[in-house]
Amino acid sequence: MKVHEYQAKEVFKKYGILTPMEMMCHSVDEVVAATKEIGIPCVIKAQVMVGGRGKAGGIKLAKSEKEVRQHAESILNMEIKGIPVKKVLVSEAIDIGSEAYLGIIIDRGEKKTVVMACKEGGVEIEEIARQRPEAIYKVYADSLMGLMPHRAREVGLFLYEDPKVAFECAAVTSKLYKIFVDLDSSLVEINPLVVDKRGRLIALDAKLNFDDNGLFRHPDVEAMRDRESEDASELLAKEQDLSYVRLSGNIGCVVNGAGLAMATMDLVKHFGGEPANFLDIGGSSSPEKVMNALRILLKDENVKVIFFNIFGGITRCDDVANGILQAKQTLNIKHPIVARLTGTNEDKAMDILKEAGLIFAKTMDEGAQKAIELLK
Amino acid sequence: MSIFVGKETKLLVQGITGRDGSFHTMQMLKYGTNVVAGVTPGRGGQTVEGVPVFNGVGEAVEKTGANTSVIFVPAKFAVDAIYEAADAGIRLVVCISEGIPAIDMVKVVAYLRDKDCRLIGPNSPGVVSPGEAKVGILPGHIFKKGNVGVVSRSGTLTYEIVDQITKSGLGQSTCLGIGGDPIIGTKFIDCLELFAEDGATEAVVVVGEIGGRDEQDTAEYVKRNFKKPVFGFIAGKTAPADKRMGHAGAIISGTAGTAAEKIKAFEEHGIVVGETPTEVARILKKHLG
Repeated sequence: MKVHEYQAKEVFKKYGILTPMEMMCHSVDEVVAATKEIGIPCVIKAQVMVGGRGKAGGIKLAKSEKEVRQHAESILNMEIKGIPVKKVLVSEAIDIGSEAYLGIIIDRGEKKTVVMACKEGGVEIEEIARQRPEAIYKVYADSLMGLMPHRAREVGLFLYEDPKVAFECAAVTSKLYKIFVDLDSSLVEINPLVVDKRGRLIALDAKLNFDDNGLFRHPDVEAMRDRESEDASELLAKEQDLSYVRLSGNIGCVVNGAGLAMATMDLVKHFGGEPANFLDIGGSSSPEKVMNALRILLKDENVKVIFFNIFGGITRCDDVANGILQAKQTLNIKHPIVARLTGTNEDKAMDILKEAGLIFAKTMDEGAQKAIELLK
Repeated sequence: MSIFVGKETKLLVQGITGRDGSFHTMQMLKYGTNVVAGVTPGRGGQTVEGVPVFNGVGEAVEKTGANTSVIFVPAKFAVDAIYEAADAGIRLVVCISEGIPAIDMVKVVAYLRDKDCRLIGPNSPGVVSPGEAKVGILPGHIFKKGNVGVVSRSGTLTYEIVDQITKSGLGQSTCLGIGGDPIIGTKFIDCLELFAEDGATEAVVVVGEIGGRDEQDTAEYVKRNFKKPVFGFIAGKTAPADKRMGHAGAIISGTAGTAAEKIKAFEEHGIVVGETPTEVARILKKHLG
């Protein structure tokens, strides 16, 4: 789960990390009002959860009230990577002395939490990792003891020559680590971390992502979720214990298991079709779950054919078959359905579905090809 | 021969009285697995499918000599279940539970480093050594004893591939799912090291997916150290970036962890990649006859 910059900064403030004076606004008038407090010049920043806001023109410095209105107007009417901007952050303009990068993630290879620091701030860290990995300084936290103060100090001393700033940075690093662990974060990032002309260390931008598996113990984090910025079908699926991701094709896929669901999409593409979605109905799939899955799938008007690919292990094919039958009746599904149901209770499933007017396939290859054929 | 589980396995089921725990205990017994004990705190003295239930793992190990455990408890309690098994001297823990926070797993991995205990999973479908033992939720009927080792990050996709391998006339030495989470106890390379030593294994199939770089590391390892033929499949060629595809670990971060870069790494290091699950079985059959 992701949150907006302004939400991440609220968390930062709570943990004592210095951020610019800022206000979140929804309209031009609110922005103008905010500048009475924050002052002009100020920076107006689009609040959307995608990278590359600056390049897209979503971050602008305003030097007069006229520019404040102009920029607020243009940013609030802008779409960034297809996402409409509904909120902007009005931020005090900081006199930047130097910029750096500071971030924490879990290193999957090392199976440890790692602090990453780089003397170049404001740039894409992934890009640096690819081109000049030596420019990134890594400090691993001890998995049982946490990030010890001397390790945090190492980070500060790497980034800054002035000991005063370095120690301040060590404190920020420790606070950042505490946020990471306290909130089950998957990424916490300050980019750029700046030293202003007065020598203050400030988090000019903030990014905070959370581990979905940790949300159960953080209702306060869950409360930050911006439901408007997420796909409604994907959210609904999550609430029903399904896993759904919308794509742009026209063959709706219903599969049990994440790996097989990905392989099914890939197979549709392999034979020349376009998958409409990723949809994993999970292990013990009751008829009700199949119904819910189809309800979500059918919200996508691009879907022209439905392809069921079920490998019954724990999932019983007869349960899935009953779900399909019920859904066909109650949801009045007119789409052609290709069903490949194999494994546990597949014979029972066939009996249930033989009158239902489905197209059957023995293998997933055959199923994918038949689904594509139906579009012609 | 086989790896991880076999005739010597004396299995303990943590969470045996739960819906999944009891159902799969029955399935594992039916397969011929030597299930010696179950644990559910507060249910000591009961039996499930004739298997005695204990209040704690320590007591169960002492009374039954269990050496392997499989965990079916909900994610909230699964971390402590792993610690309890390790503290009781269990040598192999297979964690089926899905949904454990990554930061907890970082601690688990560190805690187990000094113990003589291997963890498979979490979010693993389990391990099968056909004809010997089945630990977990994999459907027993698709396996056949043979000489192909199979290791995968997923469940049903593994069944699909195994099913096709079996139908082609080949069989498996051991097949396991290492789990779909970002932080897992046992990685591909750990399995390959054991398959290398296993006399019954003549070839290995590695089933990877998007996210992380375990496949890339594996490819380099295979090129340097692994003498048996390796075949591969990668799921998620059509997956969009920055979206979790079911598994917590199956996510392309920015531009890293794509299927394309994993397939490239496999191919550059001598792993033969099948375009589709069917093709994996076909290529394997061609090579092994």
